[in-house]
Amino acid sequence: MGSKILKGLVYLSTILTFGALGFLVLYILFNGVQYLTPSLFEWTYTTQNVSMMPALITTLYVVLGTLFIATPIGVFTGFYLVDYANRDNKIVKAISVATDTLAGIPSIIYGLFGMLFFVIFLGLQFSLLAGILTVTIMTLPVIIRATEEALIATGMPIRQASYALGAGKLRTLFKVVLPMAMPGILSGVILATGKVIGETAALMFTLGTATLLPQSLLASGRTLSLHMFILSGEGHNVNEAYATAVVLLLFVLVINGLSTFISKRLSKGGK
Amino acid sequence: MVTQPKIKVEDLKLWYGDFRALHGVDLDINENEVTAFIGPSGCGKSTFIKTLNRMNDLIPYARVEGKVELDGQDIYSKKMDLNNLRKKVGMVFQQPNPFPKSIYDNIAYGPRTHGVKKKSELDEIVERSLRQAAIWDEVKDHLDRNALSISGGQQQRICIARALAVEPEVLLMDEPTSALDPISTAKIEELVSELKQEYTIVMVTHNMQQASRISDRTAFFLNGHIIETDQTRKIFTNPNQEETENYISGRFG
Amino acid sequence: MNDLKEKVAHGVFLLAAITSILSLVVIVIFIFTNGLPMMIDYGVFDFLLGTTWNRTTFGILPMIVGSIVVTIGAVLIGVPVGIFTAIFMAEFCPPSVYRFLKPAVNLMAGIPSILYGFFALRIIVPWVRDAFGGPGNSMLAAILLLGIMILPTIISLSESAIRSVPRSYYSGSIALGASKERSIFAVLVPAAKSGIFSSVVLGVGRAIGETMAVVMVAGNQPIMPRGLTQGVRTLTTNIVMEMAYASGQHRDALVATGVVLFVFVMLINGIFLYIKNKEAK
Repeated sequence: MGSKILKGLVYLSTILTFGALGFLVLYILFNGVQYLTPSLFEWTYTTQNVSMMPALITTLYVVLGTLFIATPIGVFTGFYLVDYANRDNKIVKAISVATDTLAGIPSIIYGLFGMLFFVIFLGLQFSLLAGILTVTIMTLPVIIRATEEALIATGMPIRQASYALGAGKLRTLFKVVLPMAMPGILSGVILATGKVIGETAALMFTLGTATLLPQSLLASGRTLSLHMFILSGEGHNVNEAYATAVVLLLFVLVINGLSTFISKRLSKGGK
Repeated sequence: MVTQPKIKVEDLKLWYGDFRALHGVDLDINENEVTAFIGPSGCGKSTFIKTLNRMNDLIPYARVEGKVELDGQDIYSKKMDLNNLRKKVGMVFQQPNPFPKSIYDNIAYGPRTHGVKKKSELDEIVERSLRQAAIWDEVKDHLDRNALSISGGQQQRICIARALAVEPEVLLMDEPTSALDPISTAKIEELVSELKQEYTIVMVTHNMQQASRISDRTAFFLNGHIIETDQTRKIFTNPNQEETENYISGRFG
Repeated sequence: MNDLKEKVAHGVFLLAAITSILSLVVIVIFIFTNGLPMMIDYGVFDFLLGTTWNRTTFGILPMIVGSIVVTIGAVLIGVPVGIFTAIFMAEFCPPSVYRFLKPAVNLMAGIPSILYGFFALRIIVPWVRDAFGGPGNSMLAAILLLGIMILPTIISLSESAIRSVPRSYYSGSIALGASKERSIFAVLVPAAKSGIFSSVVLGVGRAIGETMAVVMVAGNQPIMPRGLTQGVRTLTTNIVMEMAYASGQHRDALVATGVVLFVFVMLINGIFLYIKNKEAK
């Protein structure tokens, strides 16, 4: 009898979980697609036509800028942690703690910090640069962890084979280990991209919310997420908010699909 | 006239942290011979063979004292070029560990590391090494296949070819056939007997029959000591030490 | 030459690695040096325990209570549903279905907060209004929303934990004649309790730090919560609502709110790391 109830709860919970997901995805798609007009993709935003194009391009800028800085730093950190540091080094422990802590800080605190440090203290004002730098710190833990796991998974045997042939650490890392760890690292980069695209609180107070396409690193703008958030707060733009939500959701679906695809490639044992 | 042994080990001690793994080991390894290390699990033979190309350096808590001389030069001196040492002293591992690359790139990796760039030179080295490892005919039409797609026995011969490609003088083999099937094992044993004409071979094995089949000299390890070293035939028919006798006849191990 | 390259590489990688430590230090310094003085000037107890919040009075107790209540509510909903779903995925789910469910959970984890918030605004808020009265933008709406949002965290970690329990525990129970359900609930799940508990702690951290979604549906009145159907403001929404136009002591008070939130989150993180270390021993 008790078994039946527990089993029932298991099935009920599963239905609730995936039902909620399905409901959300379908609701946004069905309600938003009808409002996806070409005019929403005009190059300029006006208050009559709240085009999302500038926001789309700004999002692209932020993603590229963030990946450009965060990827090398994150991957090199992974190199250090796995292949260059002595295992029990105090620095390794400190980095681990720092990375885990950074991963747990709420995005609003990042927004607060970004504003206090980049916008005000460093004088960058609301700008692409301030936004990018803030979000870079946010995404470092994701890339560091993915790189770490990918490097460890390649295992000692191929490293030993390379060292035994007279190759040094650097050559072994770049010519043998890295090619094998690539899918895992890429997975982390994609995850980081998804995080950047969905980020709102941290960018609101660093990138700002200007409606124009930023013309330089020191100019403000708004990303797709910010755009959607603002539209949904303005009562008369609900339809456009739906449309923007659809585009945002599509991005998320594509990124998730890519990530799943790469993980499958990983489990097939690499190339 | 007494010829110098290829490798001369004097009073070698090794610690893993506080644990003493090797107690004052002395050993001569002669050129163009197969020297086998036998002994029960955990007795130090794998640890010892890794001191010969300083692979133990990779283990964080390993500490070494004593002398290991290759052609009269102490390989543990600060002046020793580690990468050059490993070019001269190659290694084949218990589990085949080819790189996840093509067969060609696996063999070419060593030479490329040491400066060979011309394709024609690399082609020549790849073919020669694969012939030496007695696997050229099997893979010559499939050089761009991934090395992980062939059988375990073939992978191990690729690893041997890969080690030979850098033209070492000594080849260290740490239980090279224990993960393989009997047919691959036989092929590799045959290979070793041929290779000793050009190379000096040191092999760890837990299979006494294998040691008696293919080695010229055998050293018996026990608890981090070498109990006895002698001509293989003597070790296996009339050893001097009682412990050796007990191990050979299967009373322990 | 090679030696030099190696040394340079080591240096570059070390430098990169220190960036995360450096960032954390700078973040902590800036948040605390901008927030603590205000708290001390104003009076720490007046700040933490004051119940009025307006342009001149800065008592954040309503927000502290709001954060705690909303988080507890989210946990009460999200944890059971999440754990049971994890059990389904680990023990009852046919492989052909699992192929879709696992990416679906990852998808849930990747959906931005504002999409969750938007969905909640359009669906949950009107439903709460119709079913329970009140303005709709309410504590209940926030709780339901956050309950859904922490599901992926709970599910993925709990599922991992359950899957890492040695199979022999399960087989042992079955061999004694216990049913599948009993073996799972009486043997597997308790064995995974450390991992499951970690997932809950992480879920709590997620809930307490959530801002954008909550601000869209919670009502956001800066007063002590009066009921499930009434509005509530959390530490996070307090900051996001007023940061844009605040200045002077008002703004410092918002940073001080951030300090309190930060301390909460660090406490939760600390508990998580403590459990992780205990488990590793």
